[in-house]
Amino acid sequence: MTDPVVEVQDLRIAFGSHEAVKGLSFAIRPQETLALVGESGSGKSATALSILRLIEREGGRIAGGNIRLRDGDEVIDLTALPDAALSNVRGNRISMVFQEPMTSLNPVLTVGNQLAEVFIRHRKMSMREALSASVEALDQVRIPEPARRLKQYPHELSGGLRQRVMIAMALACRPQLLIADEPTTALDVTTQAEILDLIRSLQAEIGMGVLFITHDMGVVAEIADRVVVLKNGIKQEEATVRELFEAPKAAYSRQLMAATPKLGDGSKAGAAASDIVLQVDRLSTRFSSKSGLFSRKSDKVTAVNQVSLQVARGETLGLVGESGCGKSTLARSILRLIEPEEGTVLLNGKPMTGVSKDVLRETRKDAQIVFQDPFASLNPRLAVHELITEPARIHGLVSSKNQKDLAAQLVERVGLERDGIFRFPHQFSGGQRQRLCIARALSVSPKLIIADEAVSALDVSIARQVTDLMLDLQAREGVSFLFISHDIAVVERVSHRIAVMYRGEIVETGPTTKLLSAPEHAYTQRLLAAVPSATPASLRALQ
Amino acid sequence: MLTYVLRTLLKMAVTLFIIITLVFFATRLSGNPIDFVIGEGITQEDRQLLIAYYGLDGSVATQYWKFIASIFTGEFGLSFLERRPVAEIAAERIWPSLKLLFSTAIFTFALSIPLGIAAAVYRTRFVGSAIMVIAFMGYAVPPFVIATLLVLIFAYTLNWLPVVGDGTALHFIMPTLAMSGMFVAALTRFTRNAMLDVLGQDYMRTARAKGLPERTVILKHGLRNASITILSVVGLQIAGWIAAGSVVIESIFSWPGIGDLLVRSAIMRDYPVLQFGVLMVAVAVICINAAVDIAYAYADPRIRLAKG
Repeated sequence: MTDPVVEVQDLRIAFGSHEAVKGLSFAIRPQETLALVGESGSGKSATALSILRLIEREGGRIAGGNIRLRDGDEVIDLTALPDAALSNVRGNRISMVFQEPMTSLNPVLTVGNQLAEVFIRHRKMSMREALSASVEALDQVRIPEPARRLKQYPHELSGGLRQRVMIAMALACRPQLLIADEPTTALDVTTQAEILDLIRSLQAEIGMGVLFITHDMGVVAEIADRVVVLKNGIKQEEATVRELFEAPKAAYSRQLMAATPKLGDGSKAGAAASDIVLQVDRLSTRFSSKSGLFSRKSDKVTAVNQVSLQVARGETLGLVGESGCGKSTLARSILRLIEPEEGTVLLNGKPMTGVSKDVLRETRKDAQIVFQDPFASLNPRLAVHELITEPARIHGLVSSKNQKDLAAQLVERVGLERDGIFRFPHQFSGGQRQRLCIARALSVSPKLIIADEAVSALDVSIARQVTDLMLDLQAREGVSFLFISHDIAVVERVSHRIAVMYRGEIVETGPTTKLLSAPEHAYTQRLLAAVPSATPASLRALQ
Repeated sequence: MLTYVLRTLLKMAVTLFIIITLVFFATRLSGNPIDFVIGEGITQEDRQLLIAYYGLDGSVATQYWKFIASIFTGEFGLSFLERRPVAEIAAERIWPSLKLLFSTAIFTFALSIPLGIAAAVYRTRFVGSAIMVIAFMGYAVPPFVIATLLVLIFAYTLNWLPVVGDGTALHFIMPTLAMSGMFVAALTRFTRNAMLDVLGQDYMRTARAKGLPERTVILKHGLRNASITILSVVGLQIAGWIAAGSVVIESIFSWPGIGDLLVRSAIMRDYPVLQFGVLMVAVAVICINAAVDIAYAYADPRIRLAKG
């Protein structure tokens, strides 16, 4: 067996007096992919940044242990390396791809400039040589028209392309170790599949070791050889991917596996009552993008195109599609938070379109929306009892005297403590905040709740609890849901029916089981094929 | 980019037109200037002659039309005091003002950008705090106080530097220092804040992960981004301050520039000169703003490309 490229021994990382990683050890060999798995706050990213010794920049420090980088017989201890020597390692022998392709590239420098920089720094090339090397590097990560990309700025590229540029940058000097910190979390399933594929094939080409950080067990199954499961900075289990998926040993690993939604896990059976809560007919929304000297000429971009859909009482309609396909615009257009251009919306039999603002406000009470980011969608200056009863107060459904009673009742319905109503949003965790958002939606007893990527920002086990709460509320109170998500496995679990959206249009609608087992539209088939299967390939072959 | 520049220039022209109109009507609010300017002992005939000469006998609309027309022909009338064309008087004054402006701008940028970066990078150390304390003091002391102190120390007591006029390079030192004081303080603070915003960004971490030396990370990746914020602030504030600052500083040091001319003509009620001087300052401010707008778009490709 070959010697490991990197050996981490008894690594301890501290932020102030708080120890984030408590004695972590692992090793990565060439050609091998080690997945570091855990929920947010488990110390995954801190570990990655420590290997590059960038952790000091984030306010942490390495409190103990060592990190050895090996090249043949030469071994260097990264924890003891001076700054000048470190910068020769970074981007050269060890490089990193970050989670957010939108913000990880410098917005004011061209792609070519940022890529050439690496060659100039580590390969001592001239600008000309570096630029032609950059074209090859972009070609290697399968970016079409590489020469043209050099002159483009990051904002001109899609998320998937930006992540490819990041990978090209990281692999420019053919490193021994690539650290990928949630590189596909911000991407669509289809793009994710492409990026994972790319990393795998480049690994075979270059022969580097890969440290792959993720919270998604589906991705682990796709890419990893071995897995380290991390919780609160302590290693829970280390196993080959096959061992982990067949027989997870640690209790936490089992919990993580159970919480991960898998496609084909079964769904809600049969639609509920037949009366329609939401009826959308041929709804279209267009945005104008202005151009020209006097802003007279304007091109219209169609975000939602002739969409029709229905949601029955007590039913959940799942809406899936990749980012930018118009899911969120559709949700906002239904509630007229964005003015649709044409089409009609009937909510509980009452028209939402073509009515005055006053009528609209009255009708809107029956529909509430829960957004993706539970941190941004709660006003940090209001106490919980004011926050979650605000819609009810606006609609005059509660007197200020009864407000606290209503608040207490609402928080209990979403499974939080009664005395939480006097606290402020920052005192709650992400999952609890999303429960507060749901409590706020419930305050006006809506017939329909639109959940726009409501669990996408949450860890799997927390997301599971929140979707369970939604299912429970639906069973008890007959609320209907329009559940928008890019995660098809989650949608499958909660939805009676699924609508697939592609480029502003609904391309296919059908009962969950039928749509997932026998997709008719080509796009649906493509979307389903891209979903990570949450079963390692080695196991799949056996089945 | 060309469209954006054209649009900026067009906006500039519209603003200028509005200012010209405002200046015209504002100077005419205080009644007939002839009564005010020309003293006793003038015959009725001479008076009528003068009124006709200055074009004050028509209606306000006719006068306005003549005023606008005169701008295009370069005829701004005669100074009441010096009896020579206003444009000629102002032309002599522009260059000294511009020289002071350039020396102030160069000094300000050369000093406050490095200081601001240092204050941001060493924010937790003594150096960072020291820079900010000094900058805050500069912000709190008005330019005329700095000017007076400088004159007191370097001219009156030490007798090192000349006070009046713009004859030699030495003459530039005190006016430049006095005028820069507040800009240096302000720009240092803006630079520091802009850099602080940028230092925490993801792309800075990426730059370090690429193995770039810290200098390149800060100056290339950091400053390029911070300059967008700095430029927008400069555009909003500095142009206005330069207009106000030059009036004060030029009169203190008898600098033969537009600011000094403005003060004199206001005191002497030399209307044509005052009117023209105000226009000159307005043109200067608008030009600086337009230049900053264009520089802003150049610094930020997202704006440059979006605005075509």
